[in-house]
Amino acid sequence: MTGLTKTLGSVGLLLFVCACTNNLYEVPIETPLQPKLDVSAFQRVLIAGFVTGGTNDVDANLETARLLRSQLRTESRLDVIDSEVIDLFTVAEDESAASRDAPEVESTEKTTRPNADELDQEEEKTLSEEELEAYEHIFANVSYWRQLGEEHQSPLIVTGTVYFTPHQRSGMVTREREIYDDFGRRQVVPIRAYRDRRGYVLSPKFIFIDGRTGVTLYTERYREEVLYDVSQNTPALSSYFELMDRLLPSFLGALSDQSIRGTRMLLK
Amino acid sequence: MSVRIVLAAGLIASLAVTVYADERSDAKAQVEFGISVAQAGLWQEATYRWERAVDIDPSYAAAWNNLGIAYEHEGLFKKALEAYEKALDLEPRNLMIQENYDLFREINDRLDQDAG
Repeated sequence: MTGLTKTLGSVGLLLFVCACTNNLYEVPIETPLQPKLDVSAFQRVLIAGFVTGGTNDVDANLETARLLRSQLRTESRLDVIDSEVIDLFTVAEDESAASRDAPEVESTEKTTRPNADELDQEEEKTLSEEELEAYEHIFANVSYWRQLGEEHQSPLIVTGTVYFTPHQRSGMVTREREIYDDFGRRQVVPIRAYRDRRGYVLSPKFIFIDGRTGVTLYTERYREEVLYDVSQNTPALSSYFELMDRLLPSFLGALSDQSIRGTRMLLK
Repeated sequence: MSVRIVLAAGLIASLAVTVYADERSDAKAQVEFGISVAQAGLWQEATYRWERAVDIDPSYAAAWNNLGIAYEHEGLFKKALEAYEKALDLEPRNLMIQENYDLFREINDRLDQDAG
């Protein structure tokens, strides 16, 4: 009798669940996201180059330009211009030299950014994030970007700064550990432990410039970091791509339609 | 006299129930048809059906929920937010509506943050 009651109860529960699920319909949806920047006026995009700082283990200028170009080729309607990646340090150096020729601005220029000799020396060492800011005057040079735009049929120009540097942090970390009880059964339990961890920080600032006027249209700044156990030897280039991978959707969202895939529950 | 009043009130009440039942029945037919076309990927038709459903019966939470999904799918975030919130107002304890709303808010809030 008890068995029969249990069976009937189970059948009843099953029928109830079926009745409930009959009123639910899971559907896949794609939520469209509008680009943050109106690029309808442009047919082409030029990834010009970047002022970079941090470690020399990765050529962040070249790698960033390559990566963004390949992503935009597949994810954007804009034609990606193939050209030499510009060494913006040299451009900034030339601009600094030109500024020094003008005596009235010499005193202020020297206090705000390094001269040509200092620049040569700084190529050997790495630039800090603060030192990078001293080179940002190049992005405000409207005539330089307008001229570059004219050379490439007035594209949308993407440039900016990329700071990629090693990073170290110590602290409590939760990790999973396998243990076996007296009966030999395996269990996974969280263990908190103090660990030294090393990794990298990637802090790019993307600047979108109108190649017809040389004026900055839009700026986006990101900061991503990754940390590994000290025993793990991860190459700098791998970490660089890992971090860029995280922020690429947002970068592409500035220029092209993106969509987020998911599911929702329709109800009767 | 009082018997007549009671009878009249009873008649009105039963008519109101019948009308409400008919409205819900019509709205439900629209919702069901909307679900079948949405499953086939015809979201515009589904949107039209669910809009009809909430016109017929504005207290139908499931129809508002579905409409929220349809607007979200079309990228109409403001309308989606209103529809989901209407659905939740009508059925605050419905976990499915709450889950859809939470997923939507995650995207919507991120967009607001980017815009800000």
